[in-house]
Amino acid sequence: MKAPLQVTVLQIDGREISAHADQTILQVALENNIWIPTLCHLEGLSDIGACRLCLVEIQGIAKLQPACATRVREGMQVVTRSARLDKYRQSIIELLFAERNHICSVCVVNGHCDLQYLARKLGIEHVHFPYMYPNLPVDASHERFALDQNRCILCTRCVRVCSEVEGAHTWDIKGSGIQSRVITDFDQPWGEAESCTSCGKCVNVCPTGALFQKGKSVAEMAKQRGFLPYLTMMREEETK
Amino acid sequence: MTREELDVIAAKEQEAAARVKRHIHVCVAAGCLSSQADNVLTALNSEIRSQGLENECAVKGVGCLGLCKAGPLIALENENVMYGNVAPADVPEIVKALDGEPVERLTISPHQPFFERQTKIALENSGHIDPERIEDYIAAGGYSALADVLNEMSPSQVVEQIVKSGLRGRGGAGFSTGLKWSTVVKAVGDQKYVICNADEGDPGAFMDRSVLESDPHRILEGMALAGYAVGARQGYIYVRAEYPLAIKRLKTAIRQAERAGALGVKIFGSPFDFHIDLRIGAGAFVCGEETALIASIEGGRGLPRLRPPYPAEYGLWGKPTLINNVETFASVPTILRRGSEWFAGIGTEKSKGAKVFALAGAVNNTGLVEAPMGTTLREMIFEIGGGIPNGKKFKAVQTGGPSGGCIPEQYLDTPVDYETLNQLGSIMGSGGMIVMDETSCMVDVARYFMEFCMTESCGKCIPCRVGVAQMHMLLTKISQGQATMDDLALLEELCDLVRHTSLCGLGQSAPNPALSTLRYFREEYLAHILDKRCPAGVCEMQPEAEVYA
Repeated sequence: MKAPLQVTVLQIDGREISAHADQTILQVALENNIWIPTLCHLEGLSDIGACRLCLVEIQGIAKLQPACATRVREGMQVVTRSARLDKYRQSIIELLFAERNHICSVCVVNGHCDLQYLARKLGIEHVHFPYMYPNLPVDASHERFALDQNRCILCTRCVRVCSEVEGAHTWDIKGSGIQSRVITDFDQPWGEAESCTSCGKCVNVCPTGALFQKGKSVAEMAKQRGFLPYLTMMREEETK
Repeated sequence: MTREELDVIAAKEQEAAARVKRHIHVCVAAGCLSSQADNVLTALNSEIRSQGLENECAVKGVGCLGLCKAGPLIALENENVMYGNVAPADVPEIVKALDGEPVERLTISPHQPFFERQTKIALENSGHIDPERIEDYIAAGGYSALADVLNEMSPSQVVEQIVKSGLRGRGGAGFSTGLKWSTVVKAVGDQKYVICNADEGDPGAFMDRSVLESDPHRILEGMALAGYAVGARQGYIYVRAEYPLAIKRLKTAIRQAERAGALGVKIFGSPFDFHIDLRIGAGAFVCGEETALIASIEGGRGLPRLRPPYPAEYGLWGKPTLINNVETFASVPTILRRGSEWFAGIGTEKSKGAKVFALAGAVNNTGLVEAPMGTTLREMIFEIGGGIPNGKKFKAVQTGGPSGGCIPEQYLDTPVDYETLNQLGSIMGSGGMIVMDETSCMVDVARYFMEFCMTESCGKCIPCRVGVAQMHMLLTKISQGQATMDDLALLEELCDLVRHTSLCGLGQSAPNPALSTLRYFREEYLAHILDKRCPAGVCEMQPEAEVYA
């Protein structure tokens, strides 16, 4: 009898790597110190493959595939870096900078920002798309936290952590396309959102300065994310 | 109901029809209704009554008669006479002429390519049956395929027939229907679903709408056959709220079919149960994408999700789900009734059967046509479509809606099938065909479709959400005479980015209208940029205007 296939061997950037059959390309790459840029992905939350930064080339598949949501296969040949992928990744980050009003020098997360980190790491020196300069509000109605729509990149980490981990589902998205906005409850001011437990998980998972603690000044807002893998691990233990 | 009872109903209907000398059909599909076909029908009924002709003339409202530009349409079935642009005031004259020569000023010749070059499969009953009577459908052979299949064929034989027929998805991508069905058969699960995608949203497209309004029972029969083949007991029709008439007729049809035992439990005396419910879309174009459609039926926001897993394996509520387009289901009963060899004998090597097209724009015969795959664009536009009105010159034909492209004159002799249109940088899509003459500006056309995609993008992935908005900004700049050659380069760069990195089909195909016009009409872009001039005289040059997405 043939045993079920548990372990596979694949190639990432020419390196032979072994992996569990149920792992994603991203997980295997990270375990082997191969860096793939990610933004909507966060360990402990469901993967939605929306930011498109982790797209990789897989031999034999015409379309680029998101590493965060693609499972490894025996003999798979993955390319995580190429001139084409580098260009696409830079452009995607630049599109985010052009979409809203990201001004690092006056931002609470300057120096602690995932978007800023990726831009530097990917070698972006300037944005070659026209800025769209939308006129967007700040919601400071919550007692402890605030939402600055100007910095939001719509990664939906806040939506997912609130729904999947906290279980409150205070956050969601309204509108569509370029008019999409994160909202609390039925688009009420955050301070009036009854479902909000004020746990602050959304603030900590937010990759940019869109969600921050009140009272923090420029560059003072560092995000604490250690709780998330810990919580996930503890819950997995409990359900075993 | 049993097969015998079905035959009895059909025979009774045919007998009743044979007793009447004349059959007068009034088109009551959406196009004709919007030009007062309902008033024509009422006037006709009362005129027939007042002339005491009830026993020799049967008047009925039927589905789409095809030539929408000449609506309201009336057809005298036995005499092969068709009247167009009929007003209620014309009715007495028409009734008076029943025994003599037809009213010449209203007559439309049935002997013209528009009617003679068509091959009707999905539309075989359109214009012949009353869409609100199940008996009419049964008299035309309806539900006989379902009754026979349930009693004589195994599910795997049904799938085999569909595979052999070579039928491909009529919704856009042209995926093999047989392969899709056999994948759902193989998916593990005791609960499976069948979904009919009736969220037709391309601008200028009305194929599915006409099928639903003209022959709703055909969809129910096709879905029940699919349910039997793949092992599903529940079906959903996801139809957009903008089609109230289709919704009304589907509701009537479902009720009638359940009462007659053509849907529900133990259909046609077999152990097979199948129910169909409607789900009404709220108007999002992206809900035509299958995973977004499923999310919408589940009650969530209509957002596409990553595939794999495909719906065949993990679909509605996580169960294996077969999802096909209206026209695909509409072809199924005919294929099973007339055989897969018959169907495979029509069309080209890789694209079998006939396809319904909605001819719109600068063409004489705007309307609904069903032509064999492989019909050339020239035949479609200049023979069936009757050419370009007002002596204007043909410029391009846009196929496939916002995901498609514009095809110029030098490719008019291309036979239309899935592969050839792809090679030309367009797609078959759901069958929209918008003809453009020399008064259309191709930059403006690209800008229009980009605006459509920008408004309809769900916003989930970055390339589509921001990239499409940027492309729209650039196209607006070009059309206003504000752009530079750098802007053009940026536009082309964005086309490539959005096409290759977007999450779903909407984003991946959103650059197509821009790409195809850049490929065939680059000189028009250059005229806007370098000469600050719109060759077609459509775009207003506004060098000072501010451009926002």
